[in-house]
Amino acid sequence: MCGLAGLCHINGPGSISLDTLHHMTAALQHRGGDESGIYVDDQVGLGHSRLSIIDLTSGTQPIHNEDNSLWIVFNGEIFNYPELRKELIADGHQFYTTTDTEVVLHLFEKDGLHCLDSLNGQFAFAIWDSGKKQLFLARDRMGICPLHYTIQNGYIYFASEIKSLFMEKKIHREMNPIALDQIFTFWAPLPGVTTFKNIHELEPGQFLHIDKGNIQIKKYWHFPVPSRAEQIDASPEELTEELTDLLSDAVRIRLIADVTVGSYLSGGLDSSGITALIAKHFNHDVQSFGIRFEESDFDESIYQKQLASFLNVNHKELSVSNTDIASHFSEILWHAEKPLLRTAPVPLFLLSKLVSESGLKVILTGEGADEIFGGYNIFKEALIRKFWSRKPEDQSRADLITRIYPNIFKNPLLKKSLIKFFAQGLDDADNPLFSHLIRWNNTKRIKMFFSDDLKNEIGNYDGIEEIRQRLPDEFDSCSTLTKAQYLESSIFLSNYLLSSQGDRVAMGHAVETRPPFLDHRIIEFMSRVPSAWKILGLNEKHILKKAFSDILPKNIIDRPKNPYRAPIQQSLFSTHNSELINNMLSETAIRETGYFNTKKVKALTTKLNAKKNINEVEGMAIAGILSTQIIDNQYIQSFPLPTTPSLKPDLFIDHRSGNSGLFAGNQ
Amino acid sequence: MDYTKDINQFIIDNFLFGDDNTVGNDASLLENGIIDSTGVLELISFLEETYEITVEDDEMIPENLDSIDNINQFLNKKTTT
Repeated sequence: MCGLAGLCHINGPGSISLDTLHHMTAALQHRGGDESGIYVDDQVGLGHSRLSIIDLTSGTQPIHNEDNSLWIVFNGEIFNYPELRKELIADGHQFYTTTDTEVVLHLFEKDGLHCLDSLNGQFAFAIWDSGKKQLFLARDRMGICPLHYTIQNGYIYFASEIKSLFMEKKIHREMNPIALDQIFTFWAPLPGVTTFKNIHELEPGQFLHIDKGNIQIKKYWHFPVPSRAEQIDASPEELTEELTDLLSDAVRIRLIADVTVGSYLSGGLDSSGITALIAKHFNHDVQSFGIRFEESDFDESIYQKQLASFLNVNHKELSVSNTDIASHFSEILWHAEKPLLRTAPVPLFLLSKLVSESGLKVILTGEGADEIFGGYNIFKEALIRKFWSRKPEDQSRADLITRIYPNIFKNPLLKKSLIKFFAQGLDDADNPLFSHLIRWNNTKRIKMFFSDDLKNEIGNYDGIEEIRQRLPDEFDSCSTLTKAQYLESSIFLSNYLLSSQGDRVAMGHAVETRPPFLDHRIIEFMSRVPSAWKILGLNEKHILKKAFSDILPKNIIDRPKNPYRAPIQQSLFSTHNSELINNMLSETAIRETGYFNTKKVKALTTKLNAKKNINEVEGMAIAGILSTQIIDNQYIQSFPLPTTPSLKPDLFIDHRSGNSGLFAGNQ
Repeated sequence: MDYTKDINQFIIDNFLFGDDNTVGNDASLLENGIIDSTGVLELISFLEETYEITVEDDEMIPENLDSIDNINQFLNKKTTT
């Protein structure tokens, strides 16, 4: 992947600062420092920092079309570009590179905004039509690649990451109270919302088009929510066969690169299946990478070893200690650009470092399988609670819930209390948000730490009501599972897993992750598979398990799902971290930022320092409070504004009035 | 004996972090999100240590522990037997 940045004076020629463009582009160099390029004219500036994966020699961006009227900066990959390229060549388009980027540009030349419909990939890009004076920004369907923007004083500034936007000193940096409210309820801001006021993110599957001062922002793809009537009427065997073909193709096209592609191997079903597909069908020597935790409760390395030996792949393991998590927490927040209620992104940030040090730039991951195939407990929970809600007094129905969480129900003493917890909302089972309300209501308890000032700024805003308003029209006709899958995918997957735990922590070390399960053909196919074949009884990911039954050992297929987590209290509150905790959570620091109630934060830290075990909500609270304080420090109080020009682009195209030239080399 | 004040203080200090406006004596602690499963265990160890009682397995039910009033009644029962 790469980083892209730019600015455009919306209504016509303006003042495009080359310094700003240089700073914005330089701020993204961690995403790919192989080379950089700049395009500038009287209305637009485009900047690009490149991680070379396809066409290592001639793919320097910005890339142009035959008559130099169209210019593109592109981040990501188009996996079906070889086919598209052939068609475009047959149509008479001429190419000067072998990149996928140039394919996107010519496809845009041919199909305009509809070019997006033909792309299978993960991407964010900006195309400037210098003839028609139109700017086109777009982001992939699931939001794997990021793209942020802000519109201020007649200009639009856009960039892969927010830190690049803040390189323009005129852009005000202020925390967005609504985003904090959302993060402290849903674990992530809602689509389009960022941590900072007036800074927006293009939503997954959305484009932005500027034409003669008019700005159009539109979704070109929606996460599918077919009604029961649209489901595929086929046997599980037929469904499995079709899925197997799709999976194989999704992996095949993601292995296209002019560099070596590796894989993440956690020991769970999803990444094991992906690694097995690569090893069996495409690359026997694939290099796999896995995490080993100091805390045994979180460790799955025994399964990674088993898989690596079974598939005979070259596996590298990274041992992660509590100290490692503590000492890199601030660093990953700089990359994530949003407060976190978890520490789980840290080990993945360290793993991408190992990948990078091993000489790899591209990794296939198992991300997205739980959402698309029905793997999460919250889905089973919703199905059981729905069934239970029809006879709330039926003890045998209530007992079903204990089967999903054998571990937490291990203590028979807690059974009644836990059943009472899961019984919440049973009287409101037709609520479209039924599956997730119980979790959101639990998480939002941590808003009790908000200060009165922050509460006043948030006012009557209700994030849950906003989600309700945003639901697709056809939502009511969907099955319980489809509804839950939609909510999980459109909030947590796109805005946390693919972002804070995906792109950001991988690109922090210039590694591109590619999740084959999020190929839109698989998403669309699986959306039409009846719920009963996704979760058969209480057996999650039934169809996926069938598809993998020939290539994975039986114990990996059958092992209970173990969510990927990392320790919070044991790491953040280790003695090693006392300085950071003291600095960021001191009464003075809390009072200074003003987001949290000093008395309550003090009570919480005292409890955490004194106690061996904290509950889940307190863990989320402390991670959320600490990360908000750190983000405030990094981005509001001490943001490193640029001083001198820091970029020497490899390619500089100057089309400003009075200047016309295309320069290669350091200008 | 009336233990409600002490229990209330424990809940405010330990689960509400000093917020003293949010819990009524008859409110369900679970349903109002004041305690969760870990919280139940914390509450039990508090009761056992402070009042020198033993909470038996079959006593760990919402009827005994899920509101300040219920806990008060339960404690009265335990300390008088």
